Amino acid sequence: MSASAGGLWSALRRDSGALAAAVLLSLLLLLILLGPLLSPYAVDSIDFDADWAQPPQWAGQHWFGTDGLGRDLFVRSLEGGRVSLLVGIAATAVSLLIGVAYGAIAGYFGGRLDELMMRAVDILYALPFLFLVILLMVLFGREFWLVFVAIGAINWLDMARIVRGETLALKQREFVLAARASGLGDFSILWGQILPNLLGTVAVVATLTVPQVILTESFLSFLGLGVQEPATSWGALVNDGAREMERTPWTLLLPAGLLALALLCLNRVGDALSDALDRGAD
Amino acid sequence: MIRYALLRLATALPTLLLLVTLSFFLMRLAPGGPFDGERSLPPQIEASLRAEFHLDEPLPRQYLRYLGGLLRGDLGPSFQYQGFRVRELIAAGLPVSLTLGMCAMALALLLGGAAGIAASLRPGRALDQGLMSLAMLGISVPSYVVGPLLVLLFAVLLRWLPAGGWEPGRWSDLLLPVVALALPQIAAIARLLRGSMLEVLRQPYIRTARAKGLPESRVVLVHALKPALLPVISYLGPATAGLITGSVVVEQVFDLPGIGRYFVQGALNRDYTLVLGVVLFYGATIVLFNFLVDLLYGLINPRLRQS
Amino acid sequence: MFRIRYGLFWALCLIAVLSNATELQLGNGNEPETLDPHRAEGVSASNIVRDLFEGLTSVEAGAAVRPAAAKNWEVSSDGLEYLFRLREGLRWSNGEAVQAEDFVAGLRRSVDPATGSAYAQMLIVIAGAESVIAERQPIEQLAVAALDAQTLHIRLQVPTPHFLGLLSHPSTFPIHRPSLQRWGRDFARPGRLVSNGAYTLESWTPQSSIRLKRNRYYWNDAQTAIDTVVYRPSEDSNTELKRYRASELDVTYEIPLQQAPWLRQNYGRDLHVAGYLGTYFYGFNCSRPPFKDNPKLRRALALAVDRQVIVDKVMNGLALPSYSLLPPGLSGYTPQRPVWADWSREQRLAEARRLYAEAGYSAQRPLEVELRYNTHEDHKRIATVVAAMWKQWLGVRTRLLNEEFKVFIQNRNLRKITQLFRAVWIADYDDPTAFTDILHSNHGQNDMAYNNSEYDSLLAQAAAEVDPSRRRGHLAQAEQLLLRDQPVLPIYTYTSKHLVKPWVQGWQDNPLDIHYSKDLRIVGRPAEAAR
Repeated sequence: MSASAGGLWSALRRDSGALAAAVLLSLLLLLILLGPLLSPYAVDSIDFDADWAQPPQWAGQHWFGTDGLGRDLFVRSLEGGRVSLLVGIAATAVSLLIGVAYGAIAGYFGGRLDELMMRAVDILYALPFLFLVILLMVLFGREFWLVFVAIGAINWLDMARIVRGETLALKQREFVLAARASGLGDFSILWGQILPNLLGTVAVVATLTVPQVILTESFLSFLGLGVQEPATSWGALVNDGAREMERTPWTLLLPAGLLALALLCLNRVGDALSDALDRGAD
Repeated sequence: MIRYALLRLATALPTLLLLVTLSFFLMRLAPGGPFDGERSLPPQIEASLRAEFHLDEPLPRQYLRYLGGLLRGDLGPSFQYQGFRVRELIAAGLPVSLTLGMCAMALALLLGGAAGIAASLRPGRALDQGLMSLAMLGISVPSYVVGPLLVLLFAVLLRWLPAGGWEPGRWSDLLLPVVALALPQIAAIARLLRGSMLEVLRQPYIRTARAKGLPESRVVLVHALKPALLPVISYLGPATAGLITGSVVVEQVFDLPGIGRYFVQGALNRDYTLVLGVVLFYGATIVLFNFLVDLLYGLINPRLRQS
Repeated sequence: MFRIRYGLFWALCLIAVLSNATELQLGNGNEPETLDPHRAEGVSASNIVRDLFEGLTSVEAGAAVRPAAAKNWEVSSDGLEYLFRLREGLRWSNGEAVQAEDFVAGLRRSVDPATGSAYAQMLIVIAGAESVIAERQPIEQLAVAALDAQTLHIRLQVPTPHFLGLLSHPSTFPIHRPSLQRWGRDFARPGRLVSNGAYTLESWTPQSSIRLKRNRYYWNDAQTAIDTVVYRPSEDSNTELKRYRASELDVTYEIPLQQAPWLRQNYGRDLHVAGYLGTYFYGFNCSRPPFKDNPKLRRALALAVDRQVIVDKVMNGLALPSYSLLPPGLSGYTPQRPVWADWSREQRLAEARRLYAEAGYSAQRPLEVELRYNTHEDHKRIATVVAAMWKQWLGVRTRLLNEEFKVFIQNRNLRKITQLFRAVWIADYDDPTAFTDILHSNHGQNDMAYNNSEYDSLLAQAAAEVDPSRRRGHLAQAEQLLLRDQPVLPIYTYTSKHLVKPWVQGWQDNPLDIHYSKDLRIVGRPAEAAR
């Protein structure tokens, strides 16, 4: 079941759709990183005397038009993309950290400890976590790092379950048994033998977690609980755009399009990878 | 089986207790109180309001008072909607939220199921690719984008359906919100079912069934579908949770008088009891559904039943 | 003869009603917190309470006071003693007689701290109210008495020109004492609520609708045109607009700012925008750096906000530029206007830069300031634009902090960490003191921590003054001090803004934005629009 990272990559190369998605995703990343440099506008600058809410155009260099406050939407969409992806990656990292450690420990040591830890996961699963996050966000201000932690704290449960299952299988394998026979300690086996072999699975789950997290962040932004102005995120932009979709449809469609595209590509790549992983298991 | 069911029910109680405790103290730790407003109250008046709702007691005592109320089936008074009990407010919103959720779930199972089966019959062909691209789009576009677009199209431009609101018995009110709420779940179920159908259809016993000359429809809908439904059934738990969170947004977008609206409003107003009541209700619903799903899973999957 | 005609009249009324039962659908903002007149606080609750109950007076469109439950009144020459006579034959919605004692009970209930009314403070002008609230004196100390079933006597602490207007406020409404006794504070629910206004409460479905039907016992019921009034809550003005466009609502509670240009084009004749007694402003915390003892910096920031841009482009013309806390439209008072209000942008910016430099700031040493507002789309938009103006014109580095409402309010009240914050003040009654009072050093609403003894004494002189023009003079002087010291940065004056369907007649815009459903009628509503 443990596919190596290289194996995953070659599987990806065989799936043309997924490859296209990966290429598109890289282009999008490039645009998000470098795009703002191309535009003469800053993320918060306003021309007080110009028309606000201009449609997309080449002439004024507002390639995506401007938002309801006359700020350049191209720059803001890309800045929003940075924030959304950053939240996606950071929160996924949080959930990875917790989930892998938790799952590997439960799976490796097994027995009572495993039962106890998994029972706890069952209980946590039943909590309407998003509600606790909303509560947290509503009540405790808008500290940005809180978003990562809060979202990461919801998502680690899946990761923990999958990693535990994987570890249970891995610990029966010869190389682990051999390592144990040679007198290695539990933690060095976990670190040296188990973890490297978990990487493939973890990478796949992570690819599928990132879009989920981005969606969660945009949901929070939709409720007005996201980042502080003048910073922005895709969710915040979509929320602003939805209010004005009749008059200035581009303020909804362009950021929503970027958001959907990013999620689509991430999901497509993640799907292909997990298919490859499953095939490896057969 | 019965022992298992009892065991599951026994773990439900600590789960809910944990939920209530977490939410209770989280709310109370938050700055601001239910009686802070744009117009500041004279201290004497605020004091008398706090006393009325026992907010002047020490926190552990308030917590015990709340738990005591729960034992008697009392969720307490709402701070915001004076004169209403939380139980009444939830009861008032329940028919709306429940109808919405049930319809969305039914729609998701029906459409998602049909799409999943259809796509799995000829994997890789145009129908499969088309359906799966749609499904991918469905899980990638959030419901708060779909909702306003649906309203714009069907209510404002075409004037076929109401833009929002809720009159008991007016079914047209439900159509747009149900669709907006169900879309992500339709997509998720279609993807799941396609995957598991593909796996089952590869199994030797399906080949045997076909070789015996059974009609293809019978092979697919009876022999293959039943085992292929297992992952869909275990997904119903998370799907319920997804529908519940989705309903918070959908109720807001469509102005529906359901329970979800109380949650965010309640948290903003520091309506402690209302928020706790809603969280508890949602928690209980999710626990109950997970439990039912497990039972159903056991009934359908004979291997699990034997063990 | 009289009885026959009377009966005939009722029969005709009945026929008219049966053949053409009219229903009015009103958008109503947030779900009202209660329909108890003495505990209602928000605008949405007050709207409904005004239909259900009737006070001694009511406010005519244009803000003139007219008799309501009171037939007439006398005021003593020192402006302290009021004697009201009720109309004959006033009845509650269950048929029982309305008595002066019911008004006494209502006023006492509002002032009593145990009730928890948000408006108790407003009634402090009544003699005895202050000691009841602050010193927990028995409620009988309140100088309100029923001389007989029809006559009510009220004594004031200070002459209060706007007192008659105050008596149209829900917190002064009467209460049906037997209901209160029977149900306690849960009396304001369908099946229990007994009211004395033009309507009675029929049903209440939270988050969905509140239905009122006409009160047959109302003294002027013959003039009521609309049989059923349905108030529909809507938390989101965009959603409300969609329902209006689908003709599910006859009148909206508000309109979404961003839709204003589009609405002017497409719904111009339905759009009602009028001046409103409310000011949107930023408060400076005058007790903490950088604004403590720094009027120059406060003035520099005030000069560098182009209000016309905000009014035109952010508010889409649904507001008026504001340069003083006191809005135009107060009866008998014209607000002061700083000279720079009429300068060009260049002149204002030159002066702003000069003051900014004098206060010790420059491009090398820019002002860094935190601007707090509570989470809301409109506050966010205004704060973003103001911060951009200060950044682009003065080089100020503004950190925007949006806080959840309750957190924000608490921080603002504590005055410990705030520097600059969003604020708003809406008049509860039509008088300049509704605004000037909040900057008194002792006032609970003075989050600016403005403390100027000269200002306080001018307010005290105005309060003791019976002569209207001398009183006006004291208040104008006080307002000048505010312009000089700039403890607040006024941004815009509110407008009331509604969409009203053409078939709703009798709608009159007014500065307090009060509309009684009994004054409205529906004429010529297309059949398809009536759901």
